[in-house]
Amino acid sequence: MSTAQQAAVDTVARAASTPDQPQPFRELGLKDDEYQRIREILGRRPTDAELAMYSIMWSEHCSYKSSKVHLAYFGETTTDEMRSKMLAGIGENAGVVDIGDGWAVTFKVESHNHPSYVEPYQGAATGVGGIVRDILAMGARPVAVLDQLRFGPADAADSQRVVPGVVAGVAGYGDCLGLPNIGGEVEFDASYAGNPLVNAGSIGVLRSADMYTAHASGVGNKVILYGSATGLDGIGGVSVLASDSFAGDETGAGRKKLPSVQVGDPFAEKVLIECTLEVFAADLVVGIQDLGGAGLSCATSELASAGDGGMLVDLDQVPRRATGMTPAEVLSSESQERMCAVVEPAKVDAFLAVCAKWEVPAAVIGEVTDSGRLVITSGGEVVVDVPPRTVAHEGPVYHRPVQRPEAQDALQANTSASLPRPSVDELGGLITTMIGSPNLCSRDWVTNQYDRYVRGNTVLAQPADAGMLRIADDSVRGLAMATDSNPRFTALDPYAGAQLSLAEAYRNVAMTGAVPLAVTDCLNFGSPEDPGVMWQFSQAVRGIADGCRQLGIPVTGGNVSFYNQTGTTAILPTPVLGVLGVIDDVRRRVPAGVGGAGDVLVLLGETRDELDGSEWARVVHDHLGGMPPQVDLAAERRLAEVVAAAADVGLLTAAHDLSGGGLAQALVEMCVIGARGASVALPAGLDPFVALYSESAARAVVTVPADRIDELLALCADREQPAVRLGTVDADQRHGVPELAIEGVTTLSVADLRTAWQATLPALFG
Amino acid sequence: MTARIGVITFPGTLDDGDAARAARYAGAEAVPLWHADADLRGVDGVLVPGGFSYGDYLRAGAIAAQAPVMRSVIDAAAGGLPVLGICNGFQVLCEAGLLPGALTRNAGLKFLCRDQRLRIENAGTVWTSGYADGAEILIPMKNAEGRFVATEDELDRIEGDGLVVMRYVGDGHGQGNPNGSMRDIAAIGNPAGNVVGLMPHPEHAIDALTGPGTDGLAMFTAVVQAISGPVGASV
Repeated sequence: MSTAQQAAVDTVARAASTPDQPQPFRELGLKDDEYQRIREILGRRPTDAELAMYSIMWSEHCSYKSSKVHLAYFGETTTDEMRSKMLAGIGENAGVVDIGDGWAVTFKVESHNHPSYVEPYQGAATGVGGIVRDILAMGARPVAVLDQLRFGPADAADSQRVVPGVVAGVAGYGDCLGLPNIGGEVEFDASYAGNPLVNAGSIGVLRSADMYTAHASGVGNKVILYGSATGLDGIGGVSVLASDSFAGDETGAGRKKLPSVQVGDPFAEKVLIECTLEVFAADLVVGIQDLGGAGLSCATSELASAGDGGMLVDLDQVPRRATGMTPAEVLSSESQERMCAVVEPAKVDAFLAVCAKWEVPAAVIGEVTDSGRLVITSGGEVVVDVPPRTVAHEGPVYHRPVQRPEAQDALQANTSASLPRPSVDELGGLITTMIGSPNLCSRDWVTNQYDRYVRGNTVLAQPADAGMLRIADDSVRGLAMATDSNPRFTALDPYAGAQLSLAEAYRNVAMTGAVPLAVTDCLNFGSPEDPGVMWQFSQAVRGIADGCRQLGIPVTGGNVSFYNQTGTTAILPTPVLGVLGVIDDVRRRVPAGVGGAGDVLVLLGETRDELDGSEWARVVHDHLGGMPPQVDLAAERRLAEVVAAAADVGLLTAAHDLSGGGLAQALVEMCVIGARGASVALPAGLDPFVALYSESAARAVVTVPADRIDELLALCADREQPAVRLGTVDADQRHGVPELAIEGVTTLSVADLRTAWQATLPALFG
Repeated sequence: MTARIGVITFPGTLDDGDAARAARYAGAEAVPLWHADADLRGVDGVLVPGGFSYGDYLRAGAIAAQAPVMRSVIDAAAGGLPVLGICNGFQVLCEAGLLPGALTRNAGLKFLCRDQRLRIENAGTVWTSGYADGAEILIPMKNAEGRFVATEDELDRIEGDGLVVMRYVGDGHGQGNPNGSMRDIAAIGNPAGNVVGLMPHPEHAIDALTGPGTDGLAMFTAVVQAISGPVGASV
């Protein structure tokens, strides 16, 4: 560091002696009153480094300042019974639930939306890297990833840049980490054109006794930063401070500015994972935190405020890959693949030896104190001296205006009733059109870029309703997870739409034979400064929380992403719900493809004339209006229990939920996946179009061996589960090839259906 | 005696757990081997598993081929030690000079994961003696750099010497040559038949619960039987 630069470092002493020095707090996103509060907390102006820390940690992304007052409702609606299986909940890096036999599972979904629009490959890649480190930080081995991707129109010019880039980024990072990708979603809608949603989820498995949390306890314990070196990537807004500090300094002009989207190194993360699991196994760690958004600012302040309250850190010890970094830059850097551990002094050598084995750079950067202050030095001078809670936990809380939009009534009044419906003669053609539409077509083009086999425990993956993993080689216990969101239903009625999204993920898990156990959410919305968006958000949160209480499964954690908009238009409200389930014996899992020849197809649930917000309205009429399908969570719960009970006694050869595209879509997928035909008669008393394309919730199609159909129907009757025989698998081979024959409507060859279903994305994206 | 099969872990290896599991399913003891340690621990055979060794930021397998453990594997292979390279392991064996040719970026320029049909072209190697010549098997493949290339002269020599062990086959949806490999080559061996490399993953097809079937298991039982004698195998 040159003398000129050193002189520019803003120390606590300098801040105290220059109270009136102007600071670029507005450029850093702080409001006037927030900046004033920082001055009151510190009793002086903040240093550059402190200003950087507060501005990032008090940002919407880190502080949840707009959502906090609404998210509190999750706690209010979680009963003791729901809480009983939770080992860690909201506020930790990820929620942890007990699944029995001494095993626990941690799972979470996070957003990486904005970086992925700027730089699709790296944005998506580092999104995967970030969520996996969250899972690791709980003491778990990450065992799977899932990705929830939403893009602008499939045929839009910019989709050619964003879609392949994002998918390759998820693939490039996840595949190189050796984590199977077991599920997720892909959706196209104009509202995401300038703001794609890239959400990434991960699941970890641990022995329940081995859980770790982010806390720095034990005065004298050492703070070790390990993983990649710290550089100038991902500094984003804090570069304002750099340019400010270096104003008039000729050495500043030549500094290399890196893009504000971070660059991922999955190899570094893979060795970081193995190294971290080894230090866990050797019991070398007191507390641990991953470095994600807000980098060291976040890790040091959160570790300190959750522990004994004090920490002393020397930035000169931080391994770097750039020269001339200011303290603010070191603290704000979002360089990837880093972790921060608190280690007892006697165990430091052993910890560093494990890092050396894996060739992971590591350095002791500080220690735990009981001073109640987070003190950070650079070049021997104090550049940060703050109460850590004020940075990490006592950020601003906003009570944003909430107002149901005036246009909501008109939106709900504009139902699909006025849309022309097809005649029976047109239904065959409609099926072929619908299954090839971008939102209903096969996701093979995406999922074939993901490794679903690695680790050897994948029991189900796409195109299954939910992904399923065996917990361990020597166990038959398994976990299942599905994620879903229906943004169109949520736009029509945020409370009901969020519940329908929850119900869909819950139903998808249940279809595999697993029992739903817990929930995580990733709430993607527009600007919180728009009262209409805040109304959508608050309604959705209440819908999810009330829905979880009715289903008896707790929300264990989540993520909020605001400011998702294309131009000034908000995205469709997109609450992604992830439901985790458990299955006692993975050998009893139920696949989605139709079962053996002669098996009987049964429709479970009630079909109503519900086409508002449906895929049919979107594909054929580009229409969104009316009211979403009726929510009946008691019916969802009953359906899940019936499928679980039937799967448990080996009654089911297949099960597939009905959602987008209704019964028609489900029948096509079941035949194509199972590579068999089916002959069905639509339920009596229903208009064939409504029977095929209504999106009524709480429904599924199952197949059962012919000699056990009475058992299934009796089980349904006992539980008052509506069930109707639809037909048989592979019954009618009139033309010598598998066909889907819908009596009185159409007969389509399964090969042609497969082609129509699978051709769309390869044709668009190569 | 129980066969002892070594499984190498480089930093960035991903399918080492799967390879070890397959060895155990075939009745062997799986012995972990560390990249930086030249000691082969007296194993009777070696699996070089899939993954991205050292990140594969140079050429896939190029750095791993220089690892201390590989120096020992190269020497032992010359003495007849059975060695199987899967995916990244195949790339490593080519880079190490144990097998001819090279693996390059897939023709489609994308990572591709799918269940792939293969034909056994040479059932005479120690790894494929459990199959019949001409048999077809279905096992997963998953890679971004699996396109086998060599000069035309070398390809003619490989074919002439019977070194092609498996080819990509199959008609219809999702089958056939997946990546532009020359002459549809999926697996090759050395003239002695103790060293084989293949891009698809037999270790992911040993149990119908977690794979497309059990077609891959015979590769591991074959070598265990060769080591232990015909009565040694048990699951």
